Amino acid sequence: MVKFTEKERSTIRAIWEKVNIDEVGPDALARVLIVYPWTERYFGTFGDIFTASAVLNNDKVRAHGKVVLKALDEAVKNVDNIKKTYAYLSRLHYEVFHVDPDNFRLLADCITIAIACKVKSALDPQVQATWKKFLSAVVDAMNSQYY
Amino acid sequence: MLSKREKKLIAEIWEKLTPVAEDIGSDALLRMFASFPGTKTYFSHLDISARSTHLLSHGKKIVLAIAEGAKDISQLTVTLAPLQTLHAYQLRIDPSNFKLFSHCMLVTLACHMGDDFTPVAHAAMDKYLSAFAAVLAEKYR
Repeated sequence: MVKFTEKERSTIRAIWEKVNIDEVGPDALARVLIVYPWTERYFGTFGDIFTASAVLNNDKVRAHGKVVLKALDEAVKNVDNIKKTYAYLSRLHYEVFHVDPDNFRLLADCITIAIACKVKSALDPQVQATWKKFLSAVVDAMNSQYY
Repeated sequence: MLSKREKKLIAEIWEKLTPVAEDIGSDALLRMFASFPGTKTYFSHLDISARSTHLLSHGKKIVLAIAEGAKDISQLTVTLAPLQTLHAYQLRIDPSNFKLFSHCMLVTLACHMGDDFTPVAHAAMDKYLSAFAAVLAEKYR
């Protein structure tokens, strides 16, 4: 199980405090769809997501981006118990949505970059490393119920 | 596959970054060393602490090479030929590390450019850095 020091916990919280979920969520998901277009396969009900401008203007992408980041808030609040917190989501993504778990890593990278665009120098190399440790734990938890 | 528009965008971005090559390059390297400590094993002969001469000059070298390649992306194999040889026969850096560096470079660019690092710019840059890494690794085997 991943262990976080008190310093790491406060670093994660400090960055998360700067994140506007309603802004960063849609931006991160848009980046996933634009940078890795094969991820479109999981969003068949979202309508037109086949060009960058369509993605950026898509209401369902916007709404879902917020859903995803709200879920990340749960992980921030339960940093010592991410696996248990995300067990349900992992099962859901495997058994119902059939998502290739490599995509969780792609989403994590896009979340980091979306945050970086907003907070800029606040995400210095050390903070980025701590944030990455946190997201890796989240990605692991999302993988945990795949069998 | 990079479109004409994307190639133009990439060339523009790197032209703007050339004057601050040292800062961009050293920042990306520092991020990589912090997030992926295994990458430090290739630099045991250098001082890679923040603002060190080695780190700044090495970061500058890397960014200038990336910027040079961006001037004519269709000629990457020609432009990178000497670096291909260097990496394959002398440096022998495991090419999986190129991905790690590319990710950290994207974060550096995001922090530097803020909202100007749009999803479209992000996609184009990711594609360019992947192509750059692939060409760099071509002579490995």
